Amino acid sequence: MKLIFEYSRPGKEGFHIEEEKGRETIPQELLRGEIEELPEVSEREVVSHYLRLSVMNYSVDWGFYPLGSCTMKYNPKVNEAIASYFTDAHPLLPEELVQGYLKIFKELEEALREITGLYAFTLAPSAGAHGEFTGIITIRNYLEDHGEKREIVLIPDSAHGTNPASATLAGYRAVEIPSDDKGMIDLDKFKEALNERVAALMITNPNTLGIFEAKIREIADLLHKAGAFLYMDGANMNALLGQVKVADLGVDVIHLNLHKTFSTPHGGGGPGSGPVGVVEKLAPYLPGPHLEEGEGILRWKNGRGRIRSFFGNFLVLVKALAYIRELGGEGLREVSEVAVLNSRYLRRKLEGKFKIAYPTETLHEFVLSDETFRDRISTLDLAKRLLDYGFHPPTIYFPLIVHGALMVEPTETESKETLDEFASAMEKILEEAEENPEIVKTAPHKTPVGRLNEVEAARRPILTWQEYLKTSG
Amino acid sequence: MSRYIPVTPQDKEEMLRALGLAGPEELFSSIPAKLRGKGEIRIEPIKEEGKLKEYFLRLSERNKFKDKKIFLGAGAYNHYIPAAVDYLAFRSEFLTPYTPYQPEVSQGTLTATFEYQSYMAALTGMEVANASMYEGATATAEAALMALRIRRGNIAVASSLHPQYRQVLRTYLEKQGVEIREVPYRQDGRVNLEELGKIDNLSAFIVGYPNFFGIIEDLASISSILKQKGALLITSTWEALSLALIKPPGEFSAAIAAGEAQSLGLPLAYGGPYLGFFATMKKYVWKMPGRLVGMTKDSREERGFVLTLSAREQHIRRQRATSNICSNEAWCAIRVAIYISLLGKKGLRKLALTNHRRAVYAAGLLKEAGFTLKFSSPFFNEFVVDVGMDAGKFRDRLLEKAIVAGYPLGKDYPELKNCLLLTFTEMNSRKDIEELVKEMEGIK
Repeated sequence: MKLIFEYSRPGKEGFHIEEEKGRETIPQELLRGEIEELPEVSEREVVSHYLRLSVMNYSVDWGFYPLGSCTMKYNPKVNEAIASYFTDAHPLLPEELVQGYLKIFKELEEALREITGLYAFTLAPSAGAHGEFTGIITIRNYLEDHGEKREIVLIPDSAHGTNPASATLAGYRAVEIPSDDKGMIDLDKFKEALNERVAALMITNPNTLGIFEAKIREIADLLHKAGAFLYMDGANMNALLGQVKVADLGVDVIHLNLHKTFSTPHGGGGPGSGPVGVVEKLAPYLPGPHLEEGEGILRWKNGRGRIRSFFGNFLVLVKALAYIRELGGEGLREVSEVAVLNSRYLRRKLEGKFKIAYPTETLHEFVLSDETFRDRISTLDLAKRLLDYGFHPPTIYFPLIVHGALMVEPTETESKETLDEFASAMEKILEEAEENPEIVKTAPHKTPVGRLNEVEAARRPILTWQEYLKTSG
Repeated sequence: MSRYIPVTPQDKEEMLRALGLAGPEELFSSIPAKLRGKGEIRIEPIKEEGKLKEYFLRLSERNKFKDKKIFLGAGAYNHYIPAAVDYLAFRSEFLTPYTPYQPEVSQGTLTATFEYQSYMAALTGMEVANASMYEGATATAEAALMALRIRRGNIAVASSLHPQYRQVLRTYLEKQGVEIREVPYRQDGRVNLEELGKIDNLSAFIVGYPNFFGIIEDLASISSILKQKGALLITSTWEALSLALIKPPGEFSAAIAAGEAQSLGLPLAYGGPYLGFFATMKKYVWKMPGRLVGMTKDSREERGFVLTLSAREQHIRRQRATSNICSNEAWCAIRVAIYISLLGKKGLRKLALTNHRRAVYAAGLLKEAGFTLKFSSPFFNEFVVDVGMDAGKFRDRLLEKAIVAGYPLGKDYPELKNCLLLTFTEMNSRKDIEELVKEMEGIK
């Protein structure tokens, strides 16, 4: 594929701007000339370039995308249409001019409170990890105000890497708690680790193995007795809608991923949104700003510090609210029901030929190990071969506690036929691994490009076109 | 049954049978009975698409700014977005994939992101740029954290850095036990170099470029002071278009150029999603936060792109990662790549020049009308004007004339309570500017 720079020739114009009359008041020594590295390309070429690039992408709209803990569900189109009503307000406009925008914040906060049973939400966090940071500093704010200097956050070994990274960013030391043979937090090890230096436990529920942490209430009570808090990573909330209220589990803080559970598109890695909900006693310690209503007008009020500019990834919030409003409570309940049904069904179809990492019952996702094929092909080989069958592979090599892990989350937006076809493809690859392992090891064969050399990319990093020109002479 | 769920009631029955379950409630039997079954969500559905749109259309009608002439910037800018940007960016192939972990089916996102990185490196005059941060304030905070990984010490920040960015910096740094020193501005609105010179044990100094008053700082002098101290220069730019006209941070030996790229193809959207940019020098690449796309070859010896140097990131290094960032603003970066491709070398500079000249035009008219510009230093497309009375009240009175006259500075800078920050882009016509000045004159 050509890069945009390779279409450039002097005199081409992709967008016309009339010369503005007038003068500059910036001294000459502070001005720069045209930026030589930027291309000159016509609109016609820009459009065909990015169109050609686009068709090299796999996407949810194209097909099955069973990335575990990523919840790659279908992104409803009406949500995009609705978001287009809300693109042009400046964030610093006087509040009385933007009451429609503020009402959306308010309605989404109310909806998330209803869904989780928690007391207050901030919609500001820009992504899940940003929510984790926000939630943990909320706990820290509370503790510090109560004269407590705790320094540890406990995190199970099955947790997503953002959990320990966020705890560290919030100034805590992350201490790992091992999983037991059922794939849940090892309760004894947890009790051993729990002391007056622990600020919180970050739990993902269901965890990244798809297993519901059955002792969560007991864990919460132990934490509370020790003066610590229970943080829940809500990445896997798609399993629980309408089934449980998170507040009933003893959770003090949760972040939700609107780009997972609430159907907003992932955009190739973002934007996301990671609202944080808390119990009543933590509400005053949430970063701001928050909405306040008086005389029928919604206004912003400062909170405890700030975690980003303005108020959040607003367009993501609109889309999530549209989704919640369309489905309603009953529709959301059905989402989780079918998400779990699809996952359990697919697990059943695969468990004859593949090894399920833990025998425990799972909810919306499950994890396979490489035990039944590792002597012939690797997990990576299998993933790459799935591409040839037209499927995006599951999350691979995560969670870290499962050897050669394949983490499968089908979501509710896939048909039984798709699940059956995916299971057939998985089995077919196992057969190929017996009969013709080369075709698997050299996969993919039908993708726009062949298997990419990631080692070389890291050894001699070329991160810009300028660098490429320099190194290629 | 929801239109987004392609599983029929008959399918459900078959699947439950295959699982040996009597009913769907048994799917959740791994949840302890005392916690289960209490999750009912009381929200009424709006099942018909037309009615759903109607509902949100009604909400949007509560907004009352469409008929106003708006001269607001201060971190978010109203620029024209060419039609081709939306047309391309909203393709499902760009909008609905996940992070490109499988590069063989993600070359679209990866290639466009590589182009974005190249553009941001060029715009900032730096050697490398990452694939995006959340927005300008967190990008700036991450820059401070990175500086501390390079050199321990204090972080100093210009008091003319965006007030919200300073608040975010405080949130991020206080948890690390790092002290933030504020360096005041001089009478001309630029950083007080003498005060900067007094700070010892400095890791890095963060300065807005242009600063919150729209002023182009004297980076050459700042840079030479920092060099003597062995401290790093971090610039933060929230009007990224300015970098198409003024000398980039890279020319002043900046270690990190961070900021907000909303100006380059993203709608105002009441504050987000926006796009944090983050650029630095090659020697610091392993200290960088965020994703990076690199060039490589595939098994057919063809050029291709992958996520690279990921051993810096949380999914590999966990608590020792350079940042906790995972989901970022990838789609926004693709928009910026498309936008800059369209405007190109000539268009981007021309547009920046238009913005500056409109602001100069407005400043001229205001001076003629007897208003005082608070600061004498050069500005890009926004500046501070003293209106001789409480600026908030002044703005309220102009609102009655359907004008939003910028941002009153008193809340963030009590000493500037009579000052407005006025912003002018290509979207503010000369006629509108004339009207603004006329109405301002009427109140004065």
